Amino acid sequence: MPAFWRHFRRNRAAVLGAGLLALVGTVALAGPALYRVDPWELAGRPFSPPSGQFPLGTDTLGRDLAAGLVHGARVSLLVGLVATGAALLVGIVLGALAGYAGGWLDDVLMRFTEFFQTIPSFILAVVLVAIFQPSLTSIVVAIAMVSWPTVARLVRGEFLALRHRDFVQACVALGMPVRAIVFRQILPNAAAPVIVTGSLMVATAILLESGLSFLGLGDPNVMSWGFMIGSSRTVLRQAWWMSAIPGLAILVTVLALNLVGEGLNDALNPRLRR
Amino acid sequence: MNRLGYAGRRLLQAVPIVLAMAVFNFLLLHLAPGDAADVLAGEAGSASPEFVARLRADFGLDEPLPLQLLFYVKQVVTLDLGFSFRHRTPVLSLILSRLPATLILMTAAIGLAVSLGILLGVLAARHVNTWVDNVISVFALLSYATPIFWIGLMLIVLFAIRLGWLPTHGFAAVGAAGSGLAHALDVGRHLVLPATTLALFYVALYTRLMRASMLDVYGLEYVQSARAKGLSERRVAVKHVLRNALLPVVTMAGIQVGHMLGGSVLVETVFGWPGLGRLAFESVFARDVNLLLGLLLFSSVLVVAANLVTDLLYSVLDPRITVR
Repeated sequence: MPAFWRHFRRNRAAVLGAGLLALVGTVALAGPALYRVDPWELAGRPFSPPSGQFPLGTDTLGRDLAAGLVHGARVSLLVGLVATGAALLVGIVLGALAGYAGGWLDDVLMRFTEFFQTIPSFILAVVLVAIFQPSLTSIVVAIAMVSWPTVARLVRGEFLALRHRDFVQACVALGMPVRAIVFRQILPNAAAPVIVTGSLMVATAILLESGLSFLGLGDPNVMSWGFMIGSSRTVLRQAWWMSAIPGLAILVTVLALNLVGEGLNDALNPRLRR
Repeated sequence: MNRLGYAGRRLLQAVPIVLAMAVFNFLLLHLAPGDAADVLAGEAGSASPEFVARLRADFGLDEPLPLQLLFYVKQVVTLDLGFSFRHRTPVLSLILSRLPATLILMTAAIGLAVSLGILLGVLAARHVNTWVDNVISVFALLSYATPIFWIGLMLIVLFAIRLGWLPTHGFAAVGAAGSGLAHALDVGRHLVLPATTLALFYVALYTRLMRASMLDVYGLEYVQSARAKGLSERRVAVKHVLRNALLPVVTMAGIQVGHMLGGSVLVETVFGWPGLGRLAFESVFARDVNLLLGLLLFSSVLVVAANLVTDLLYSVLDPRITVR
């Protein structure tokens, strides 16, 4: 672990990313408790400029933009993390199964995975959310459904490479149960690329969520950054900042996650170290 | 080297994917909350009872499920994607009427992304670890992390609203029924912002890919010998390294047609570009599920076609790869 931190710290961009991510995370966790304004409340006059009462001004209906930004952070990170977690779970299970079992099961599972990779992912997400009605659950499920194939292929590749290695064969010879071999022997050795991919997937998931809610497919009960941009894009001519500010928030969050992901890649992948 | 035969076999391989797609659509329709006919008709109250009855007959919704599935797959195979109640037009003819605009947009975006990505990637690799490399890397990093629809809006603010250089919206100027060249120029002016928006993410991707790929090839021995025989750095870069570093970018561009189709939903919505993406947005808005499912199926077919084209292109670019 200390070696990991030493390598991670050496990458200044990754440290910057981690700092930005900590900031967004803090806002998401503590923000709504500290900045106690309901993002849906019609708090002031529409189109108010930034002021003491409204740090970022109000939107077209007089809602506090700062409150929207704070609550949006929570939704973005929540959706990103939960969707990625679900995709990792499905991808790891299917990928491990295919890679370890091989044979016809591998064939079937990989055909299934390729099929999902053929479908344009954003369009599939749009269709899923539209058919199952927009809600946090349907958004998370849709994003997970379009994200798992990457994980499955990655994990399968790792399992294929690892399962014939001597230490795994030794465990087989010792009569270790398959479950123990898969979860305690192979999976920990395949963890590094999965962690890196996972951190980049959170970024992609946040972009997907913002795209969905921009199109009006967000959960109607929660304020999100994509929704804020979508609802103020009709007044772009008069008030461009209403769209600009939430977009910057998305940019910072996604950028931070990408930087951290690359830092993790450098730190966890000893072959790339110089 | 029988490319035609290869293409034919690949087309045959695409058949099961289309069939699976049809089954998948069918599953979605029946897993959705509510009766399939109601889902198809949309929750908006605009569907008359006669229309719902027609839907039931069209889709054989009164039959048992396995028969319905057979019915649906048969329809899809005969290229019948059903009827859009909002537009009062068959889904397939709607899609085909919107296809050209999307193809124009995507071709422009892919061309821009590949050429700019290669250019920037080569520049960065030739000046590796200098300020040129750093500026390009930061640009790529930012473009990679920006929501595509937001970039579109910000470009509108800058180039259309503030500077007034380019139109904000649509495919061609309203009422300007110019002929030939004038029309093409008009469409071209409308195309600049959406194509740039759609391309930007991929520019970032190809830049990084090209840079890494160039640096890989630079490390190979034959590059050393090209330098040893006294070739200029420029000639080494263009003649010896670039050609061989190109393959990953071509592969990527082919793989990402599906991803780009998704991006064009957002870009076309932002710019009012009358293509498939805009059609998808409209059908979401109108709860026109049948049209939406048709679009999903059609775009998957487009992806299969694009993969086929990429494979053929790949074999042209790299003679070592033979098509079998």
